[in-house]
Amino acid sequence: MLVRKDATAESLIVTGARVLDPVNGVDAQIDVRIDNGVIAQLGASLERNGHRVVDGAGLVLAPAFVDPHVHLRVPGREDEETIATGTAAAAAGGYCAILAMPNTEPVVDSAAVLGALFEDARREAEVPVGFLAAITKGQAGGELTEMAELADAGAVAFSDDGRPVTAPGLMRRALQYGSVTGLKLALHCEEPTLSRGGHVHEGPVSAELGFGGYPSIAESVMVERDLSLAAYEERPLHLLHLSARESVAALRAARECGVEATAEVTPHHLCLTDEAVRTLDSNLKMNPPLRSREDRAALIDALRDGTISAIATDHAPHARHEKEVPFEAAPFGVTGLETAFSALYTHLVEPGVLPLETILKRMSAGAARTYGLTEPAVAVGARANLVLLDLNASWRVEEGGFRSRSKNSWLLGESLRGKVRATIADGRMVFEG
Amino acid sequence: MAELKVMREEFLPPKPPPRRHLLSIADLTRDDVERLLGTARSFERSLEREMKKLPTLRGRLVLNLFFESSTRTSSSFELAAKRLSADTMSFKASGSSVDKGESLKDTAITLGAYDPDVIVIRHAEIGAPQLVARWTGAHVVNAGDGKHQHPTQALLDLYTLNEEFGRIDGLHVAIVGDVLHSRVARSNIQALTMMGARVTLVGPPSLIPRGIEALGCETTIDIEAIKAADVVYVLRMQRERMLEGANYVPSLREYAARWGVTPERLRPGQKVMHPGPMNRGVEIDPVVADAADALIETQVRAGLVTRMAVLYDLLTHGPVAVQTAAEIHEVA
Repeated sequence: MLVRKDATAESLIVTGARVLDPVNGVDAQIDVRIDNGVIAQLGASLERNGHRVVDGAGLVLAPAFVDPHVHLRVPGREDEETIATGTAAAAAGGYCAILAMPNTEPVVDSAAVLGALFEDARREAEVPVGFLAAITKGQAGGELTEMAELADAGAVAFSDDGRPVTAPGLMRRALQYGSVTGLKLALHCEEPTLSRGGHVHEGPVSAELGFGGYPSIAESVMVERDLSLAAYEERPLHLLHLSARESVAALRAARECGVEATAEVTPHHLCLTDEAVRTLDSNLKMNPPLRSREDRAALIDALRDGTISAIATDHAPHARHEKEVPFEAAPFGVTGLETAFSALYTHLVEPGVLPLETILKRMSAGAARTYGLTEPAVAVGARANLVLLDLNASWRVEEGGFRSRSKNSWLLGESLRGKVRATIADGRMVFEG
Repeated sequence: MAELKVMREEFLPPKPPPRRHLLSIADLTRDDVERLLGTARSFERSLEREMKKLPTLRGRLVLNLFFESSTRTSSSFELAAKRLSADTMSFKASGSSVDKGESLKDTAITLGAYDPDVIVIRHAEIGAPQLVARWTGAHVVNAGDGKHQHPTQALLDLYTLNEEFGRIDGLHVAIVGDVLHSRVARSNIQALTMMGARVTLVGPPSLIPRGIEALGCETTIDIEAIKAADVVYVLRMQRERMLEGANYVPSLREYAARWGVTPERLRPGQKVMHPGPMNRGVEIDPVVADAADALIETQVRAGLVTRMAVLYDLLTHGPVAVQTAAEIHEVA
């Protein structure tokens, strides 16, 4: 269940844009007419019908993005983000829907906490937002949450994101019992005895800088375990924020054997390697860590061939005073909603690493498919979920420009190409800039 | 208009040189190191005089900011500043507002308000000196940041080697022990390889960081390999940095038996160094530590003149060299 604050659906006409929906095979310079929030007509030089005109000349109009992995910090850390600021950031990033993770204070592990979130979202959410609920109570890895009740209360999926379900027996039980809900488990794969004390990918960079190493195998052995359990239980699962080439190989092999596994990757893992950590900037500290060039290449290949079907920001706002400390003392996590498209366009599309179409697919339909959400599409009769992109724009990422309450972006000070000019979410204009 | 602009610029006061720091050996060039060693040598001669104090840094303030315990480094920085007639202030984290939960940033800004010319900082966490350089107007000297860097230790070690052998280029140095937790090892590997020495790391595989060979050194688990080196550099087992239950080695007893530097494992006349403090009987046999071939006391004396050279270099407008990459960028 996704909810947003009440607002009237709009009637608009976007004129003169290059309309690009690679999933539905649309790539044409046409107008798009939206009647009361629903795409009513596609074609050249459409009648305006008194609709508000949005000039799309020189811009690309595409299905809006879906982020399956966001931290809204509510309840508990409203100083870092709120549903209002997080969804406003999403709108500015071209997103028409986002899903929030349950590692809050308290954890979203009961229908009561989830119910309160839906209430807040109905009052504040600029774009539709859904919530994952915890797999284990308090995300403590001990007892299962009341999964059936949480599913009835509207949870989109289950995750202990931020930490793994360490005990294999409990993981198996979650897969078994979770089947009664019809919802997926989304897994943060990390073997804590291998990642312990680790801040940076284990390799030449951590060796030189002296950081505790967080080796690739800390992720991949857990990916392998969870894929084995999923195969045995014949249950689907989703792997969060993959970072290591060994994980990609395990996923690819499992999918070839018929395991129903999906995976996501973040813009920062697609754009950067651990070399970036040499600046010692705590805005480059995230879990899993930035990895080697070979890992980055494997992630890009997997995104290209669809082994990884979704791009997720893992938007993780942190208070300034918590990040303005030495790297090791800083919490893991970076923001990403407002920069995701531009970062990927600048680092992957412009240099010719991946085509624009692949990025659009994995940020939109692929991401929505992860949990069976409606896929944004440019099609007559579809709810208008559209993003207007200016591929020629250049802009500088600066603290002052964020709608998010937190500024811990890995891109601060960087100049990016490609900018979101407008976002239409669930039939109404939620961002113009 | 253009002419007017040119004239105006001529009358502007010259831009101050960019603020320099010593944060990492990686920021130095071979020329920087040679200049610093040369300065240290001239200070060594000046200390042989009866009047040991030089007026060079009169009126300057050197602030020692030690968040981690230290004997050699803090005392030698303090004496180095005093020998150059600078005022010194020492700040120790314990018994200060840090105990009350003050952040590094607030502490730095508070102490920065006294306008120190140099802040010498030791901190348990990697990159703390870089942050203090950003938050204050002082020249910052890294006196050890976690497992990352200890550049003045590496400089004093180079000085010691150069005094002993008359060269560094072509020397073979075996660094033995807990490399994983050692900032001294990281700074020394970079410094020694930059100056043309060959470096071999010796120790249990669990204490040799994966990927360290990228710095241009060799690694081996075989303690017999130290015999081939000109110098054996012994590292302390840093038990305080080891995670509880991490099992890097099964026991100190087994470590000492397998990798301890004992007289039997050395060639006669082979030189031995140790950054201190030593765990006698663990990484170094007491007989080795006290032998004439140990350069350990020389290292301590070298620490004074090397640190004098660093303070002098930062505070006099010599050629810009000891500079962070970020600042080079800023200037460009």
